[in-house]
Amino acid sequence: MTETTLAAQLPHNFSPSTIARPKTNHAVWYALLVVLIVIAFLAEVTIGAVRIPLAAIWQLFTGGQVEKETWSNILFAFRFPRAVNALFSGAALGACGLLLQTLFRNPLADPFVLGVMHGSRLGVALLVVVSGLAGNAFLYKYGIVGDVGIALASALGSTLVLLLLAALAKRVSTVTLLIVGLMLGYLCVGLISVLLHFIDETQAQAFGSWDDGSFAGATRQQLSILLPGIIIGVALASVLVKPLNALLLGENYAQSLGLNVTRVKRLGFIATGVLAGVVTAYCGPIAFLGIVAAHLGRGLFRTSDHRVLMPGVLLLGGLLGLLCDLITHLPWSRHFLHLNAVNGLIGAPLVLWALLDRKRGIRFE
Amino acid sequence: MTTATSKQLAAAIELRALTIGYKTSRKETKTVASNLNATLRAGELVCLLGPNGAGKSTLMRTMAGMQKPLEGAVELGGVNIHDLPARELAKQLSVVLTERVSIGAMTSYALVALGRYPHTNWAGTLNDKDHEIIQWALQTTGASEFANRDVGELSDGERQRVMVARALAQEPQLMILDEITAFLDLPRRVEIMQMLRDLARTTNRAILLSTHDLDLALRSADVIWLLLKGGAMQVGVPEELVLNGAFAKAFAGEGIEFNSQLGAFRIAQANQRDIVVNGEGDAALWTKRALERQGFRVITQETPGANSVNVLPDGAGWQLITLQANTHCASLTELLACLKRTN
Repeated sequence: MTETTLAAQLPHNFSPSTIARPKTNHAVWYALLVVLIVIAFLAEVTIGAVRIPLAAIWQLFTGGQVEKETWSNILFAFRFPRAVNALFSGAALGACGLLLQTLFRNPLADPFVLGVMHGSRLGVALLVVVSGLAGNAFLYKYGIVGDVGIALASALGSTLVLLLLAALAKRVSTVTLLIVGLMLGYLCVGLISVLLHFIDETQAQAFGSWDDGSFAGATRQQLSILLPGIIIGVALASVLVKPLNALLLGENYAQSLGLNVTRVKRLGFIATGVLAGVVTAYCGPIAFLGIVAAHLGRGLFRTSDHRVLMPGVLLLGGLLGLLCDLITHLPWSRHFLHLNAVNGLIGAPLVLWALLDRKRGIRFE
Repeated sequence: MTTATSKQLAAAIELRALTIGYKTSRKETKTVASNLNATLRAGELVCLLGPNGAGKSTLMRTMAGMQKPLEGAVELGGVNIHDLPARELAKQLSVVLTERVSIGAMTSYALVALGRYPHTNWAGTLNDKDHEIIQWALQTTGASEFANRDVGELSDGERQRVMVARALAQEPQLMILDEITAFLDLPRRVEIMQMLRDLARTTNRAILLSTHDLDLALRSADVIWLLLKGGAMQVGVPEELVLNGAFAKAFAGEGIEFNSQLGAFRIAQANQRDIVVNGEGDAALWTKRALERQGFRVITQETPGANSVNVLPDGAGWQLITLQANTHCASLTELLACLKRTN
């Protein structure tokens, strides 16, 4: 085969300088997001029902003495793990949103909206029932083995729902996919209810309290499983940035560019399944964070390039996680705000806007 | 220019006893066309024509490596393309498909940059050479003006230029373009065809374009592949296929007739009446067209029983001679009205 190099064929009158290379000022946005994350993180650990001054937090981290002993307990047992969880889980859900929107070529895709999280819950419910029948109490007796089991069951559940969706989604439109996801979600919820009939009340209660999405519930031991899980998922998602860009053109074009479409999609779904799975395992179903982060990312960076967007949505997701959790834990006179209530107030209008705004919203084929 | 000539002779892609089709069920196969033999050379613009259902899409898909042939091979520089790894094939061959690409938040530049996919590393990092090729592709296809505009904002014609630029940035030996001039208005179609012709010549690459636009294909293509219903393919210089009647045969029975003098189709009508037209120049030519549209068969020799029209020189009008009368008409409108009355 004769190789003809293009360099030799570039016409002499060709002057590349006439076309400006696109400017990239993404670094500025990244830096700004990092600064905002640091501020939100500090606010998370200082603000709450009990206010801990920043100086005291500095003292506590450097091993010094503080005025009140309870502060140490509040910081290390509650706020710090909660903030770390919100940061990492938010980032993970942001990546999930971006991955799903590209994999399904659907700007409304999101692990919550598509019922993927209900798949996770079903996986956990199955594990609870099976272990309950074997004579163990949910979450308490297992220790580390139980925590890993929950993560695995959850990730398996979400991945299975995703693969089912992918198989069903071959020929459906943007909105139909959402309805299919919604129905799969209902199906999972129904199955969960049926399963909970088979276990005793205390276990069902434990499941119920876990079932409400929150970054506050995860223990430090669970965090030690959650963080590596998220890092693995994000690493896999990061390796996929180039193929994901090709997938933006559609599967036929992606294939013509030399991409193994089936393999890339499978890897993408596994990465999403792992991320959504481990987050749901320890935080419950967190609504809308993925879709909001992905849309904000596209709006902010004005590109669909995953090489730019993936770090962007990780930062945005982390920031959103921290902010939503912060709103939930502000010293309200009555404690009535749930995390998903806050997320719903932000996320649902965004989805509605995307659906209804004909001009700048989503254009349906 | 000796190197260029030798390159031009080099076959970019060859069909060897190619039989195309698809599996209808596990055991049964439907053959669309069989034993196709043809060569596409570097620097040539080849148009693939044929009536609907003749298998143009199947042939394009097979040549693009998106579909396996039933028998035979598509060879690129002596290598069967269906044996090449996908990434290697992507460096040799690029496509523009009929499906519409809808991406939000992507500039033309970024879209063309995706053409560098098979050439870049795992992260898709673009080096200086990649940028140079992207800019070259944009300029060669006349798309540099809208390089930094969003793809969603482009007109159909502009978007097709960008899509061709993307295919070109892949640096292939062969570009396969599926009906990319459909949906464009006539000036845009002519522009795109002109651009493709220049592109094939100046970059010394082979371009295969499927189209329904016979008129433009006849004027622009170096070679035409005419895929006939039933699975045979005629290959030749456009004029050759007109002269040997291949066009007329290909579209026979479709309700249209190929007029080899005009190089265009006209609607076939039954029960035609003969009419003689005497005269010269533009006036005679357009008189013939008007009469043909009205369902007459224009002949040049006097025949008993046939009416005749004399196109008078110097715009003096038309003389209609029938068995009954000899009428003078000042305009074509009047002539056609008179003919209707004699029915």
